[in-house]
Amino acid sequence: MSPEQPILPKDAAAAEGKVNVQINGTWYRFPKGTRIADACNSVGVHVPCFCYHPKLSVAGSCRMCLVEQGMPPRLAPGATPTYNEDGYQTIQWMPRAVVACANTVAENMGIRTNGTVCTQARRAVLEFLLTNHPLDCPICDQAGECKLQEYTADYGSPTHRFTEAKIKKGKHIEIGPRVNLDQERCVLCRRCVRFMKEVVGEEVLGVVGRGGHNAIACYPGKTLDSNYSMNVVDICPVGAMTSRDFRFRMRVWFLKSTPTIDVNCGTGTNIYVWSREQQVYRITPRQNDEVNSCWMPDSHRLNYRYINSGKRLLTPLVKTDAEAPQRAAAWEPIIKAAAEQLRLCDPGQLAFIVSARLTNEELFLAGELAQLLGVKALDIVPRRGESDGMLISADRNPNSTGAQIVLHKNGGTLDNIRRGIKIGKIRSLVVLGEDVTAEAAITAEQLAALDYLLVIDHTENATTQAADVVLPGVTFAEKYGTMVNVTGRIQRLNRAIDPLGEAKADWEILAALLRECCGDLPGAAAHATSAQEVLDVMAAQIEELNGVSWASIGNQGQQIIDTGVSIPLIDREKANK
Amino acid sequence: MTEPTDAINVLAEDIPSPGEKFYPSFKPTPELEAEAREYVAMYPEGRELSAVLPIIHMVQEKFGFICARSIPWIAEMCKSTPIHVAGVVSFYPGIRRKCPGKWHIRVCHTIACAMSGGEDLLKFICGKIGVKPEEMTEAEPMAVSADGLWSIEAVECLAHCGFGPNVMVNDTLYSRVTPEKMDEILEEYRRRD
Repeated sequence: MSPEQPILPKDAAAAEGKVNVQINGTWYRFPKGTRIADACNSVGVHVPCFCYHPKLSVAGSCRMCLVEQGMPPRLAPGATPTYNEDGYQTIQWMPRAVVACANTVAENMGIRTNGTVCTQARRAVLEFLLTNHPLDCPICDQAGECKLQEYTADYGSPTHRFTEAKIKKGKHIEIGPRVNLDQERCVLCRRCVRFMKEVVGEEVLGVVGRGGHNAIACYPGKTLDSNYSMNVVDICPVGAMTSRDFRFRMRVWFLKSTPTIDVNCGTGTNIYVWSREQQVYRITPRQNDEVNSCWMPDSHRLNYRYINSGKRLLTPLVKTDAEAPQRAAAWEPIIKAAAEQLRLCDPGQLAFIVSARLTNEELFLAGELAQLLGVKALDIVPRRGESDGMLISADRNPNSTGAQIVLHKNGGTLDNIRRGIKIGKIRSLVVLGEDVTAEAAITAEQLAALDYLLVIDHTENATTQAADVVLPGVTFAEKYGTMVNVTGRIQRLNRAIDPLGEAKADWEILAALLRECCGDLPGAAAHATSAQEVLDVMAAQIEELNGVSWASIGNQGQQIIDTGVSIPLIDREKANK
Repeated sequence: MTEPTDAINVLAEDIPSPGEKFYPSFKPTPELEAEAREYVAMYPEGRELSAVLPIIHMVQEKFGFICARSIPWIAEMCKSTPIHVAGVVSFYPGIRRKCPGKWHIRVCHTIACAMSGGEDLLKFICGKIGVKPEEMTEAEPMAVSADGLWSIEAVECLAHCGFGPNVMVNDTLYSRVTPEKMDEILEEYRRRD
């Protein structure tokens, strides 16, 4: 071989641990072992899949991902391969299609998804899948986000040759407390069976019967009652598994999905909030391989009703006299009055109880306010539970790590504040986003005995009822902000709906109070016009947040510190790779 | 059309059959368990599930059919789940969820046997043992006579196509069966009673 012989593409690719694959006429390089389906999808060539899910084992049963495949011809004994001017061997196309999910790419492989072989295969698979399908799309909850509907529109046949009677199977079976099963709509991809077996480890679902009578079922006496059961609704490509919470409530195409994070525990599961106008209808998990994979617990998913509950605080409330009932007030005078009252308080007799359910920006502004007033007594309310060994963290506050970074508080001095209130040393209290009569164990009588109680919260509770001034904040779905999860990953909250009524985002209220309190003093954070600007101020002041910006966090979050805490489910997933 | 909940409950419901009096009812005795463990031991550790079919066959042979009570027991034996065993049981037509008669007659209705007289033979046997051919449905392919002595089922190929029509009584295969020959066979079994 002469030295100026050009390097063949196969050798160049092999040096990188990759292989050359021709997809619809264009050559690409993929790492060895990439599944054909993943390879095609990564370069924008869509391969439809029902049964294949990247987080589950490969079943290869739906046959929807059939593609035309070719390899270089097998050489005669003693022959050497020949290469064309581009350095590739000719591809000999196979007469029959192969499944793209169960096969991996190989050197000089050819894939075609736009030829007759592939088109016919997809059309035939869909025709078989639709033989016994009830075609009840008008009343099906999955309509609009159904893979069967989508693929039939994309690749299906306009006519139907099946004229026989359809096989009847079980419908609206309450297979679990939160999930309903429709066996007729099922395409038997078995994603739900594999999810329950492989991810949850409870093999409650199975396939019974044979041929056209095949159906998903659970054994009598067992139910799909795992706290992760509703994930089968998400992974079900059709309307066979439906959420009993969401079914028949809203057509999905009217809903807007907002990427944000869950605030029920320290994991900070990535989610979508699905809303229409000012109403939240459902929450689904959003993939983040460092936080929650593709899943989320049912208990967190269903905890959204409080956003639109009738108990929401919609206007500022003020108590003019100790015995008088609270009455609605306008924002401007009440902020002025509250700031004045706070300035009048003896800083030694004033305490702040803030929530680790607030965003970093809000905690930061609360800290600034306390500092400005000279208040030392400030802490969060710790909220500990038990980890479920999957995604639910033992820390039930979503932003304890953030409170540690921003305020250097972890609930350790809450006892002192509680004692101060008890013995009457603390006469005034500012409560942000907590019902202190619950976890903080301060009694309603103690609250009533205070000189001044200012509360910022979104929902009416025993603490807001006892308050002299209530400033209506918002829930996580109505504001922007950032939180740091238990592993030390900063993540973004996005606004899905506008603040209800006259409520304002908590950071806005705190910034307004801060502006009123500091008078003419220039304070960068107080004058911020958005949560993002508060973050920029924090990024400049707090070491851990140096270099962090709204854009750098992105939708997948950014690891800022290593807390040494990990998420069990993610650990397992990484170990199995 | 079945009621929705039936689609699940049917998996653990027994279908009553007059044949039950000729078979012992399922009891998970230590001897039975020991026998099942022998099958499980045939497979490497962690592959206990592989023993599911041998154990199912063993239970069916001893008790005539796979009753609802035996499904969780089989699952326990091969470290599987009831739903998996129910899936296997409902997949194979050769595995029965209903007790057959003392003498279980299988008539081949695959093409070669059907053309050489199997279709007529099936009706003939039905008449002889006192069941109606309509009792054999897609959902319940086996019909049992009222006295529990006989059961009949149309089956696929018995692998003796050159000598049809083929009939199998319990485990004995009879070939080139004519109605006359069938009469003799049935009489022979009746005498054995």
